[in-house]
Amino acid sequence: MSEQTLNLTLKIWRQETPSAKGYFEEFKVAISPDASILEVLDILNNDLEKEGKRPVAFESDCREGICGTCGIVINGHPHGPIPKQATCQLHMRNFQDGETIYLEPFRAKAFPIIKDLIIDRSAFDKIQQAGAFISFNAGSAPDANEIPIPKEVASLALDAAECIGCGACVATCKNSSAMLFVGAKVSQFALLPQGQPERYQRVQEMVAVMDEAGFGSCTNTYACEAECPKGISVTNIARMNRDYLVSKMTTKS
Amino acid sequence: MIKLESKVPEGNLAEKWTNHKFSMKLVNPSNKRKFEIIIVGSGLAGASAAATLGELGYKVKVFTYHDSSRRAHSIAAQGGINAAKNYQNDGDSVHRLFYDTIKGGDFRGREANTWRLAEVSNNIIDQCVAQGVPFAREYGGTLANRSFGGAQVSRTFYARGETGQQLLLGAYSSLNRQVKLGNVTLFPRREMLDLVVVDGQAKGIITRNLLSGEMERHMGQAVILASGGYSNVFFLSTNAMNSNSTAAWRAHKRGAAFANPCYTQIHPTCLPAHGDYQSKLVLMSESLRNDGRIWVSKKAGDMRAAKDIPEEERDYYLERKYPAFGNLVPRDVASRNAKYVCDEGRGVKGTRAVYLDFADAFKRVGKNAIQEKYGNLFDMYQNITGKNPYEVPMRIYPAPHYTMGGLWVDYHLMSNIPGLFVLGEANFSDHGANRLGASALMQGLADGYFIIPYTLGNYLTTEKPEKVDTDRSEFKEAEENVKESVNKILAVNGNEPVDEIHKRLGHVLIDKVGMSRSAKGLNEAIETIRGLRDEFWSNVKITGKADELNQNLERAGRVADFLELGELMAVDALNRNESCGGHFREEYQTEEGEALRDDENYSYVAAWEYKKAGEWELNKEPLQFEYVKLSTRSYK
Repeated sequence: MSEQTLNLTLKIWRQETPSAKGYFEEFKVAISPDASILEVLDILNNDLEKEGKRPVAFESDCREGICGTCGIVINGHPHGPIPKQATCQLHMRNFQDGETIYLEPFRAKAFPIIKDLIIDRSAFDKIQQAGAFISFNAGSAPDANEIPIPKEVASLALDAAECIGCGACVATCKNSSAMLFVGAKVSQFALLPQGQPERYQRVQEMVAVMDEAGFGSCTNTYACEAECPKGISVTNIARMNRDYLVSKMTTKS
Repeated sequence: MIKLESKVPEGNLAEKWTNHKFSMKLVNPSNKRKFEIIIVGSGLAGASAAATLGELGYKVKVFTYHDSSRRAHSIAAQGGINAAKNYQNDGDSVHRLFYDTIKGGDFRGREANTWRLAEVSNNIIDQCVAQGVPFAREYGGTLANRSFGGAQVSRTFYARGETGQQLLLGAYSSLNRQVKLGNVTLFPRREMLDLVVVDGQAKGIITRNLLSGEMERHMGQAVILASGGYSNVFFLSTNAMNSNSTAAWRAHKRGAAFANPCYTQIHPTCLPAHGDYQSKLVLMSESLRNDGRIWVSKKAGDMRAAKDIPEEERDYYLERKYPAFGNLVPRDVASRNAKYVCDEGRGVKGTRAVYLDFADAFKRVGKNAIQEKYGNLFDMYQNITGKNPYEVPMRIYPAPHYTMGGLWVDYHLMSNIPGLFVLGEANFSDHGANRLGASALMQGLADGYFIIPYTLGNYLTTEKPEKVDTDRSEFKEAEENVKESVNKILAVNGNEPVDEIHKRLGHVLIDKVGMSRSAKGLNEAIETIRGLRDEFWSNVKITGKADELNQNLERAGRVADFLELGELMAVDALNRNESCGGHFREEYQTEEGEALRDDENYSYVAAWEYKKAGEWELNKEPLQFEYVKLSTRSYK
């Protein structure tokens, strides 16, 4: 592991309450290149706590890139400049000594800021409650091998299901569109045989809630795929659009 | 003294659960909606229980400190989930899964619970597939399996290295359906800080709203804790940053016995620690042990790079010592042996790390096949360490990962407080002194989908718990109790940040209550922990106020509980004068250095009853083995 120390300037978004006016506060830190960006914040907070100052509010949990809790815009990129990583996976060896780093919350109308770098992403839960499930009760399932599913289909469904629900796609989109997130969820079920009975009703209900929550529309710039920590493909958006169109033509309502 | 009744039903082991399901009382469908049920935690156990109880028609309230129930730490489980499907025709059966689990736990689990776990394992896979969980498949479209430590059959179902994520999202999807139907109400960003007991029955909880700091009273005719394990007591563990023992510990302080706290699992395949700023340890799925070979140099202090150490100077110590299981020995055996070779100075370049080498697997099946199986784990390794594991062998070292101990429960998963149920990692029941890989996901979902729906109904019909008003004195007293403890923490106003005290607690525990323990070390640990507790209450520094979003305060409350639990872990380890599974006492080992059990004197569950801070009374539940013959675990 490296012995070197990086001297960095952090400019961090501070906002005491949802309605307060936010601002950037500057901090100087000296840190090992092997530390992660969240560990930098841990150290900074430890020092602030010692001084009796208000620590920087930010969220994280698994710190392995799978829970989707963390999410900070780092130098203009949700989750930072390295592709296919969540914020917690960003290590300081990717920065140069003397660099200035800007840390901001994910910004979108549908993701109000709660405090500093913490945002409210409950809109994502509401969309999933609208229809991201297969309706059946525990205990009624047939044997798991009863329906063979081709390996490629299962693999495609898993590609979509890998979404960690972090919201980077929304944060990076100039329209704050949630189409990649919703498309991934719709696709997972649309690809699998188990998801067929509710396929078209599901897409309609989820899209309706997505629109109500204040997310924008997709204008095909594909920034979402580029910034997605799991590399979720925009083909999922196309699949959702196709299913939505079919659903409008084939179902009542 | 607590009366510990295991309530294991009579009859043949293989028929106990089936017969018992029939003999338990049912709640009439139209009456179910009259019952309000509280569930704390939304991981695999909590989410599956909430979804299933919602499906049955109960009025369910789910509490989680996360912003979304989908983020619970079950999501980070990588390797897989066991089931006795025998799809591979390789000799698996419910009986074999049961036997492997009870043996893997070093004969310190409850036989009937473990059998039931194996029995419902197959239903779990069916359930998850029906939910749309995209498990790995063979080209013919059937489900794929892989093998895991402690087993000689291939019974682990998986979804790349993200099985926990997929299973949790599956349970979350069923939960969402119940939210939409109005059967389940979610209370995110709430932390349970006390249990409310009315006339001897669990009747509610006090939560802190983490956004506003407001204390809230919630009533339930039963309270189900599915709040996970306590590995974060070690500060550095593979658990998520927020994983904690507070819900379970506060219930313990209200009278729930805490069982086998010294049974902790130190997982063998984690990334080695570096730097004192480190916030957590990262686990690499032990499925890697299927294809990776573990070795160190035969010489102490060997500073050569891996590629410069010739084959004959390498010690594949697990293959050498345990030829039958090789690199797939159970976790406790693999971890302890890594510790020993590092204690001998034979760790990688003198550090505390051993190699996990895929060179042979690359030769055997090619890099592409390995990438297909473990690609995301290899990427993760490279990302964290900056080294390419396709080029150089991985370095690994054990890290605290799972806790077999937890709140004591009977066969119904009910604690000794009537109406308080405990599911998943938070209880103690199924894994004995060591848990086998891919069994945690199995247990969480077994408890939630297939056990609690039956046993809860039986409690509600036999005990008929009434609804109570949250204006009652018991709720008021509990709320005051919590407010007082929060104010007490804020009032200390000392000099030491809470993480620094927590790190010091972690150091003591990993050193003296970790992979290898001795009476001397444990006594020292108890003294040190008591001192740290005094230091916490006289010198901790917490910023901010009680009535706002205050993460510093949240952590302080959890660490205050860890400082009590840590002592109990040492007390329990000191009491258990034997070695079993994850609990290894240096005084009790065979000539070959393997764990030496004392079945005559310690074949019991140690259920500790809280008296006051630093004082517990030991209650024993004898373990009776009717169907397995206690043997010395051998993986040679």
